[in-house]
Amino acid sequence: MRDHHANAYREEAAELIAGLETSLLELERSPADMDLVGTVFRALHTIKGSGAMFGFDAVAAFTHEIESAFDLVREGKLGVTRELINATLAARDYIKALLEGGGQTGRGEEILRNLRDLVGNGAAAPGVPETPVDAPVETPLPEGVPVTYRVRFTPSAGCLLNGANPLLLLRELAGLGECTVTARREKLPALGEMDPELCYLGWDLVLTTGRGMDAIRDVFIFVEGDAEVQVQVADSGLDSQVKRLGDILVDRGDVSAQQVEAALDRRPRTGELLVQAKLVGREHVESALAEQEHVREVRERQERADIMSSIRVPAGKLDSLVNIVGELVTVRARLTQLAATSGDPEMVFVAEEVERLTEKLRDNTMNIRMLPIGATFSRFRRLVRDLSRELGKEVELDMEGGDTELDKTVIERLSDPLVHLIRNSLDHGIEPPDVRESRGKLRQGRIRLSAVHSGTSVVIRIADDGAGLNAAAIRARAVERGLASPDASLTEEQIFAFILEPGFSTAGQITGVSGRGVGMDVVKRSIEALRGSLQIASAGGQGTTITLRLPLTLAIIDGLLVRVGDAAFVLPLSNILECIELGPRDLRRAQGRNIVWVRNQMVGCVPLRDAFGIGGDAPPLQHAVIAETSHGKYGFVVDVVVGDHQTVIKPLSGLYRRVQAISGATILGDGAVALIVDVDKLAAIALHEEAAHCARRQPA
Amino acid sequence: MTIMTVDDSASIRAAVSFTLEGAGYQTLEAADGEDALRKLTSGVRLVLTDLNMPRLDGIELVKRIRAHPGYRGLPIVLLTTESQEGKKQAARAAGATGWIVKPFRPEQLLAVVRKVLG
Repeated sequence: MRDHHANAYREEAAELIAGLETSLLELERSPADMDLVGTVFRALHTIKGSGAMFGFDAVAAFTHEIESAFDLVREGKLGVTRELINATLAARDYIKALLEGGGQTGRGEEILRNLRDLVGNGAAAPGVPETPVDAPVETPLPEGVPVTYRVRFTPSAGCLLNGANPLLLLRELAGLGECTVTARREKLPALGEMDPELCYLGWDLVLTTGRGMDAIRDVFIFVEGDAEVQVQVADSGLDSQVKRLGDILVDRGDVSAQQVEAALDRRPRTGELLVQAKLVGREHVESALAEQEHVREVRERQERADIMSSIRVPAGKLDSLVNIVGELVTVRARLTQLAATSGDPEMVFVAEEVERLTEKLRDNTMNIRMLPIGATFSRFRRLVRDLSRELGKEVELDMEGGDTELDKTVIERLSDPLVHLIRNSLDHGIEPPDVRESRGKLRQGRIRLSAVHSGTSVVIRIADDGAGLNAAAIRARAVERGLASPDASLTEEQIFAFILEPGFSTAGQITGVSGRGVGMDVVKRSIEALRGSLQIASAGGQGTTITLRLPLTLAIIDGLLVRVGDAAFVLPLSNILECIELGPRDLRRAQGRNIVWVRNQMVGCVPLRDAFGIGGDAPPLQHAVIAETSHGKYGFVVDVVVGDHQTVIKPLSGLYRRVQAISGATILGDGAVALIVDVDKLAAIALHEEAAHCARRQPA
Repeated sequence: MTIMTVDDSASIRAAVSFTLEGAGYQTLEAADGEDALRKLTSGVRLVLTDLNMPRLDGIELVKRIRAHPGYRGLPIVLLTTESQEGKKQAARAAGATGWIVKPFRPEQLLAVVRKVLG
């Protein structure tokens, strides 16, 4: 409200100040004119009140004292004198200076001292207007331990005439927690005698809430004095037993303890008894019974919840469980193989059963490690808030899909890259408010963080509505750095991918892009280490969207087992589109590139035999596994496709850290080792060689 | 749902209307009590009024509205300043529904509006 209207206030105050001068001069001539006094007071009052609204605190604080003085004049406690007019005119000039951005504090003090002398010490309340305390605010209070309260609400008969609506109050109370409402109808007259504009009802509520008694009192803030409101603690959960009906009635003051005891000497059921004895009305008993029932239910639910609630387990225990399950999956594969070769139907049956159970066990174990990403997301609120303040930007963070679950390790390792991407969006994507306005956008920028499941992976998007990437500038920079040839035809996606190159961002002169790549290569590496991928989309002037695709879990993947010569490899199944047979003539070489034709479409190819330097001749009939990589469709040529293989990923030792295109290893059913192929890397290498080949063929 | 804002300060009116419109309410503005009585229709579901106004002030406005049989239950919320505690009591006696203390933030205004309108 402040920023939008501060200027409007300044204009209005300028008018009032101009008018104030005229009124004061007239008042000097006719000091008894109370209308003029009223006009002056109102002008001061508006300058003060509105000033405080729009953040002109100095103006409000100063004007407050002048206003107080004129309040005294209005009440006839202070006469209009030449000195008062002089002091007020000086004050008026000082307010004007304050509004125009000037005004020295010393001068203000002097005017006020002068004024206080005129008014008599202490008559004008000095100091800043207090901040309001009783305006209800909808800030969610921290939830404490739930306590059950008993609220007795008896509005006055005429409360409806003041525009109060008891129904809304009851609804507001119900919003605080679990609520049981009993209406007290004892004052309700016969229909003929009823005045439809009066309120005859009262309510007894039993409310279980963690928000405390003050929150309940706040609900009734506008009907104080117009209604009788009692709030008592009915059950703090400390007593081991739910209260007996008689005790509740005594607590409520509906009946005394002695009366209950006396009545109890003659037994039937307490409630019946008390009603029959005419000690309390049936309504009171019903209401008390409702409370008893309410407390009992709440307690039962809590006890049940306590039993079912979660168990905290050290993460290490979970990790070792996952490891064991991984081993089990491997052994299971061996068992299946043995059973198949033994040909013993009994054995096959057992093997199948073990297979089924192992898969269940695997899924359940993986599930235990899954955590919602929301906790990580919500940490970014503070980041965005602080950073946008620091940068002088207005940014709102939208979050969606916080309940999407991901493997614990993935979530932990995702935090830093996400922080980096959000910082980038804030720092380099979203423009300063004034720039945004001049571009016809809302002053407030928006960053949208979302997570959604997609098959066996989770897609996380960070989208901003900022300036977007400048494709031409990035391309020029890439050419300059020798990352692309000047005449290469590149898609936008390929161009944007350059900002992921190490050190690319040091280009300070690319406006709106500079810094975009600070550490983007690090982000890319972290995401790839999680076997994920990163994509950039951007529309100039409209914003940038970074899409991260991550596997649900790190430990186990579904793969396709293939063989080349004696070696076994696993390709991640999630990337694979199809497998096709290749005759001796199907595989061709053109322009330094291996290609195959798949249904009249040319697809680049990587023969694993060549890529990994495996000896021996290729069989006459080979297979191409067509996979979707981050560099488009690629075929991977192998000797034999064995079939599906559930793979427990074993990381390679540090010795092999520099081996490209292999992301891990796995143990097969027969104990042999198979390497897991990183199809994205392999495609990238092929693309690179092809580019190098072209460069050799076409000297500059 | 229409809400009427009565205040002799145009900037306050504009700020209040801006906040209310942002929350999906329709708004109507009046510069003082007389203006408010002239513009009041049965479509108005809530009146937010300042206390100090030329011609007809806030308390008088509450009294006049309450005196009209058609508007007896219409919620009226006062926009007061902290120094007007006595006025607040007088206005409540005259039949005001609630109050907001100036200066207030937009969310405080909306909290009160929702409290009164549900």
